[in-house]
Amino acid sequence: MSPSPTVAPAIELIGIDKKFGAVHANKNINLTVAKGSIHGIIGENGAGKSTLMSILYGFYQADGGAIRINGKDTVIHDSQAAITAGIGMVHQHFMLVENFSVLENVILGVEGGALLGRGVSDARSALKRLEADYGLEVDPDAIIEELPVGLQQRVEILKALYRGAEILILDEPTGVLTPAEADHLFRILGVLRDQGKTIILITHKLREIMAITDTVSVMRRGEMVATRQTSGTTVEELAELMVGRRVLLRVEKGPAAPSDVVLSVRNLTVKDGRGVTMVDNVSFDVRAGEVVGIAGVAGNGQSELLEAITGIRKPASGEIFIHGQSVTGLDAARLRTLGLGHIPEDRHHMGLVLGFEESENSILGYHREGRYGRGPLLDLDACRDDAKAKIEKYDIRPPNCRLKTANFSGGNQQKIVVAREIEHDPALLVVGQPTRGVDIGAIEFIHRRLIAMRDAGKAVLLVSVELDEIRSLSDRILVMFAGHVVGEKTPDTGEQTLGLMMAGIAA
Amino acid sequence: MENLDIISILGSTIRLSIPLIFTALAGLFTERAGVFDIGLEGKMLFSAFAAAVAAFMTGSPWIGLLAGIAVSVLISLIHGFASITNRGNQIVSGVAINFLASGLTAVLGQAWFSQGGRTPPLSPSARFTEIIFPYANELRDTGFVGRFYANVISGHNVLTYIAFLAVPASWWVLYRTRFGLRLRAVGENPGAVDTAGISVTWLRYRATICAGILCGCSGTYLAIAQSAGFVKDMSAGKGFIALAALIFAKWRPVPVMLACLLFGFLDAFANFMQGKNVPGIGEVPVQIFQALPYVLTCVLLAGFIGVARPPKAGGVPYVKER
Repeated sequence: MSPSPTVAPAIELIGIDKKFGAVHANKNINLTVAKGSIHGIIGENGAGKSTLMSILYGFYQADGGAIRINGKDTVIHDSQAAITAGIGMVHQHFMLVENFSVLENVILGVEGGALLGRGVSDARSALKRLEADYGLEVDPDAIIEELPVGLQQRVEILKALYRGAEILILDEPTGVLTPAEADHLFRILGVLRDQGKTIILITHKLREIMAITDTVSVMRRGEMVATRQTSGTTVEELAELMVGRRVLLRVEKGPAAPSDVVLSVRNLTVKDGRGVTMVDNVSFDVRAGEVVGIAGVAGNGQSELLEAITGIRKPASGEIFIHGQSVTGLDAARLRTLGLGHIPEDRHHMGLVLGFEESENSILGYHREGRYGRGPLLDLDACRDDAKAKIEKYDIRPPNCRLKTANFSGGNQQKIVVAREIEHDPALLVVGQPTRGVDIGAIEFIHRRLIAMRDAGKAVLLVSVELDEIRSLSDRILVMFAGHVVGEKTPDTGEQTLGLMMAGIAA
Repeated sequence: MENLDIISILGSTIRLSIPLIFTALAGLFTERAGVFDIGLEGKMLFSAFAAAVAAFMTGSPWIGLLAGIAVSVLISLIHGFASITNRGNQIVSGVAINFLASGLTAVLGQAWFSQGGRTPPLSPSARFTEIIFPYANELRDTGFVGRFYANVISGHNVLTYIAFLAVPASWWVLYRTRFGLRLRAVGENPGAVDTAGISVTWLRYRATICAGILCGCSGTYLAIAQSAGFVKDMSAGKGFIALAALIFAKWRPVPVMLACLLFGFLDAFANFMQGKNVPGIGEVPVQIFQALPYVLTCVLLAGFIGVARPPKAGGVPYVKER
């Protein structure tokens, strides 16, 4: 829909500027959002999208620039002012009190008096109205932590609407949702737009932008680089604007040349901490020079399989061989000396120590090796030189090996892990969810690295819940369902066939 | 055991529980707001000292109470300044307060009164003394109910009754007022409070002020209701027992009261058993009984009470995410 030119835009940002120390997060940003539209803001991690929206919501103060809401100059010095100006925000990490009921969360901050009684009953009837108007159903007495994430997000939307929001900002709303929940969210956003609300959607997923927005603005390294009508642009153009160069959305690779078996798994059974069998009598091989992908819906035993192979969890029964040598039950440190590299599924919990410097993380797991130490002491110069070389080679930004790892963006954190494991030149590389929460520039880079490993004659075992990723990287695909490998397919197998196998319907 | 003994144990259970109830409720307010309060012990001691000095100087227990509360609130604000405004470590700040209290009260007491850190004994008019309920004396010898009325219900000082009123009052504040809702929220997810446009800092300060007031009552009770003056280190670890009771009660007001009564009962029982024969065993060293509250604390905290889920944001200074 195109709003008539006589209506003032819902939001005008004029010359917004913000620095955090040396980081110039927003550079002279101008943005106009039409009333009654869905406006996407897209950009890679660290491009400054969230900072910009936090300024609009009064969470941070801009160093310079002006904000106009509905044509009126507005000073937003705190979140209360933003709420008064009719702005509501759904944060990426929900701002909900988990042991409160839906109702208590909705009224927090707008209780309507020093005593709760009246406010609670007012809110109850208001929620009923919102439910009827927008199809936002949720039990007002449910406790937040007992609700699925999709519903928790709905509570965030209800919070904003209950405060009278006319402008709704959603920060990476689909990151935590299943595809079905995301579709439901988009339907809700469509209804809200049709009822005259203005919606700003922040994301780095191109598909979402194309599916739902009316207009899209692209940010790159703190700058607003372009604004387009969604109907007049393409995924390729947006990707290029985001990254600043042409991006290959497909992985280019030649045929594989598999040779000797490197990893061999025989009748492996793995139980989780509660004693539930998660991997049940699984056998397969991975050869040098091939990528074997394990597809499956999250929670079907892939994580436990990875943990058993990489020495984190002891298998209940069965055997694992590397180069024909039994390695069953060996610990992770020992396995690394036998040629195993491991890019774990969750970089925050397993791959990195976020409070460490980059250089420390880039040797973690290999820190016992002679080249990093002198006797019992670490040779810090050697560590840092090594880290600098990896930073250079993997284009890790910012290029500062003394920076705390937590201060890198998701994509760059993942590159630190990838660099560490690949540069150690393992014979077998075990990879879990290599591009989860990683922006497209880094995805392309990581995919190319994995294929390069394969072409260098390494065995690569890839676990991912992204079916696209599995199909584009793998030479053979194993599908896991309920702890079993239910079949092996070639990468040209259709998405639908694999989807049915992943659901346990076909084999 | 005779009926008379039970009555006497119950009477002293009440007396020994009161400082625990005040202190644990104080901890309830700060900890539900996300500020760990290990300095309860120190606040109690400071306020006991202040109350004793003020009561001695003026001869009025009420001025003693005001002084106790004022000093305790002041110490709470120092804790708040360190741990809320300056985002310091809450445990370190609390421990510092405890050390400071133990040392400073004794030194000031010695400097001012030269009685080995004590304050001079108070006359009855400068203390909170027992309130005898109507007909209590007449009913004292009329069977169990009468004795219970006279010795357990009646015959305590005014702070005792305030403590028992503070329990439902705290419950009401926490669960029925806007302040309480926000206080509970800020201890779980300060981000939710901040994005709702409420000041996290001011809210947490108010919680520590509430704690200061309650701790002030507790210290005052020790110095000028239960005793007739301040004695060095007279809080004797009660602040920590109160913390244990708070955890045992999973940070809820009514269970807090029950937990404090249990600890008070164990204390009273230990006193009662002093020098008595246990049937079949003979005389048991009193230390065994005196150790009971601490043993119970260890057992309870070791997880026999199920999972005690502390307020999620407890101990973490709030910093807006970058």
